[in-house]
Amino acid sequence: MTTPADPARRVFLKQAGLTAAGLVIAFHVPSGRRASAAEPAAPAPAALPPPNAFLRIGTDDTVTVLLAHSEMGQGIWTSLPMLIAEELDADWSRIRVEHAPAAPVYAHTAFGAQMTGGSTTTWSEFDRYRQVGAAARTLLLQAGAQRLGTAPSDCRTENGAVISGERRLRYGELAADAAKLSLPATVALKDPKDWRLIGRPTRRLDTPEKTDGRAVFGLDVKLDGLLTAVVARSPTFGGRVKSFDAAAARAIPGVRKVVQVPSGVAVVADHFWAAQAGREALKVEWDTGAGAPADTPAMLAEFRRLAGLAGKTATTAGDAPAALAAAKRTIDAEYVVPYLAHAPMEPLNCTVRLGPGQCEIWTGTQFQTMDQAAAARIAGLKPEQVTLHTTFLGGGFGRRATPSSDWVSEAVHVAKEAGAPVKTVWTREDDVRGGYYRPMYLHRVRVAVGDDGLPAAWDHAIVGQSVLAGSPFESSYAATGVDPSSVEGVADSAYLKGIAHHRVQLHDYRSPVPVLWWRSVGHSHTAFVMECLVDELARSAGADPVEYRRRLLAGHARHLGVLNLAAARAGWGAPLPAGRARGIAVHESFGSFVAQVAEVSLDGGRVRVHRVVCAIDCGIAVNPQTIEAQMESGIAFGLGAALHGAITFKDGRVVQSNFDDYEVLRLAQMPRVEVHIVPSRERPGGVGEPGTPPIAPAVANALAALTGRRLRELPLRPGA
Amino acid sequence: MKLRVNGTDHEVAAPPEMPLLWVLRDLLGLTGTKFGCGISQCGACLVHVDGKPRKSCMTRAGAVEGKSVTTIEGLSPDGSHPVQRAWAELDVVQCGYCQSGQIMAAAALIAANPRPTDADIDQALDGQLCRCGTYQRIRAAVHRAAELNRESRP
Repeated sequence: MTTPADPARRVFLKQAGLTAAGLVIAFHVPSGRRASAAEPAAPAPAALPPPNAFLRIGTDDTVTVLLAHSEMGQGIWTSLPMLIAEELDADWSRIRVEHAPAAPVYAHTAFGAQMTGGSTTTWSEFDRYRQVGAAARTLLLQAGAQRLGTAPSDCRTENGAVISGERRLRYGELAADAAKLSLPATVALKDPKDWRLIGRPTRRLDTPEKTDGRAVFGLDVKLDGLLTAVVARSPTFGGRVKSFDAAAARAIPGVRKVVQVPSGVAVVADHFWAAQAGREALKVEWDTGAGAPADTPAMLAEFRRLAGLAGKTATTAGDAPAALAAAKRTIDAEYVVPYLAHAPMEPLNCTVRLGPGQCEIWTGTQFQTMDQAAAARIAGLKPEQVTLHTTFLGGGFGRRATPSSDWVSEAVHVAKEAGAPVKTVWTREDDVRGGYYRPMYLHRVRVAVGDDGLPAAWDHAIVGQSVLAGSPFESSYAATGVDPSSVEGVADSAYLKGIAHHRVQLHDYRSPVPVLWWRSVGHSHTAFVMECLVDELARSAGADPVEYRRRLLAGHARHLGVLNLAAARAGWGAPLPAGRARGIAVHESFGSFVAQVAEVSLDGGRVRVHRVVCAIDCGIAVNPQTIEAQMESGIAFGLGAALHGAITFKDGRVVQSNFDDYEVLRLAQMPRVEVHIVPSRERPGGVGEPGTPPIAPAVANALAALTGRRLRELPLRPGA
Repeated sequence: MKLRVNGTDHEVAAPPEMPLLWVLRDLLGLTGTKFGCGISQCGACLVHVDGKPRKSCMTRAGAVEGKSVTTIEGLSPDGSHPVQRAWAELDVVQCGYCQSGQIMAAAALIAANPRPTDADIDQALDGQLCRCGTYQRIRAAVHRAAELNRESRP
């Protein structure tokens, strides 16, 4: 049973005081319902629950939408309000947006916890937010009709007002009356043909505050008496503090306290600069932790050994080993991708203020429910005694969604030990070296090629660390022992469905290196491997890579739709200037289908990507502007990793430390990106992540076309 | 130490070696200027010193005494600087964290070069990292800002 929680109520009441009156609407959607990202949730039930805080209408006509999810660049600050405003017939210029507090009522409609991830926000809220708008409109219409002394059927709504004949009442005038009415049992949603906002390219609502310095990110939180901490953490993963000498650190002007916490030693100071100087002066001896220290070449050797053993079966059909043994011709390939840091522009940080029976937290998080629970455990409180304020996130990409609530937990420990409100801040070096990486993966694949040049059998071994192992989510795949996020994009590949004999096996590698989902999760490596392999097969068959894919994907209409659209818009097959070549990739992820054509050249061994043509089918396109921006974003993120990204280990330590040796994409390396959206009436899919997977294989395939040489490792190093 | 920031004089109790970034953020409360790397590699902390672009994380506060510092908060009173208008028109921002630095770098560029080419933009903004990949829109918006800037001149 989901009930309104205190924090949500408090916010409403506080705001209600400001706006003199308000209308609050919320809907109950059963929590704990799971849907895979590829299977968008069924329409939410029509039963309307007791009101809560998704929407406030002020007497000044402002319509404030509360976001159950976190804005981290992906544009939901605009697209979720569009869903409400569509059904509410709101005046778009009066829309205001806030992050909701952490409370059960804001639980994800499919996952049952308040969180942002898996490119799920728009599809998981597509019904709930529209229903909020529709119910509010119904109540306002009723209130307006009463005030005008007419029947609701004689009234209509338009642009933030109830209208009957020549008479017009603004929503702000009706909000107080509407709030007294009981919710209807059901509401009807608009027919898509009547949509005025959904599908219309709509500019972001957060631009003003993000272009004049007002936007508050976690790092910008200000409180009276707030101190700043930086934490000295073990240089090796799993290490612990053996002893420390804080005398020199305490002597730094501005340093207030030096305290031990489970993750290390925190230097607490008046401001960041003093805290950082204090940390530099700190002397800590570490127990480096059990087991062999992380070392990239040794890990890769171990991955290769594991690939030769029997793994856990993720999927199988026919008899792939027998078919391969009998094959006349095979392709054998090994693909490797490295560990990657998320490196969001805003380093991790979290502000904590503890008081008797309460804990207040300010942070940019993707995982409110988990962070609230973790903080409560450490502070010795109940989750509802923890008030969590979600600030803007200076990028997330998965790093701000840790099942362990690592940085939030640490900050609560620091504030507890310091006995003062503290903002714990990570430096860039802390971020790059602090773990929670996209895991390294090795794929070893054998494909039997038939006389027709098409794959007849496919045996695929994947080796790498599971993201979900050891987390509360591990139980979700206990039956098979196969972390689905390690094999997604291979085990469920449309290509494999058409191959009579196929087998996918997974080998879990265990390591103290903390790993995590990184924008597009498993698809960040599986799309690279599958799309490069299909390209290898096409070339070995002497076939055109687009034509070859069309044959393999026959019957997969949405794959074909984006494949053909991208190829057509890119001028596939048309001549290019000398020294340039095109490559293509198509991949399904998070309920959406994306194809990309990359045009590349080599400039003294450096890859230059000139142009990327991207086609996406994400079902109903709620805000085409967001979709376009997210495709550009996903491409830039994936391209930076494909060209530069690698976290490596030596003697247990991370070799890289900052943007000088962990390079990301720069402006001059940004290709011209053209985005084409397939018109669709399918339910919405994701857009935050699906733009990332195809770019690495599209570029790798273009390089293979250009040079005749196949690169099977990321980052792509054609000069190596 | 006396610092002139956004046209206002401040008396700041800070050692001269304290980076300007942390003086702005932690002592003056001007949090629009961001911390991204601390080693002059990402540009999130870019401000203007006497109109010239400077990475404030590697600039000692003592080095700007007697000079005029402009941060994103002081770029325009109402978000109407040509760069801010162009940013809105082209819907540039995503997470927004790097954008103060991007905007300050772009403003310095068009002040010095009223008609920047793509190559000029690539060069001037090379040190401005964005993990959301807003680069394509940044490039277009700098051109648009230069245009708006030229139009607004008498």
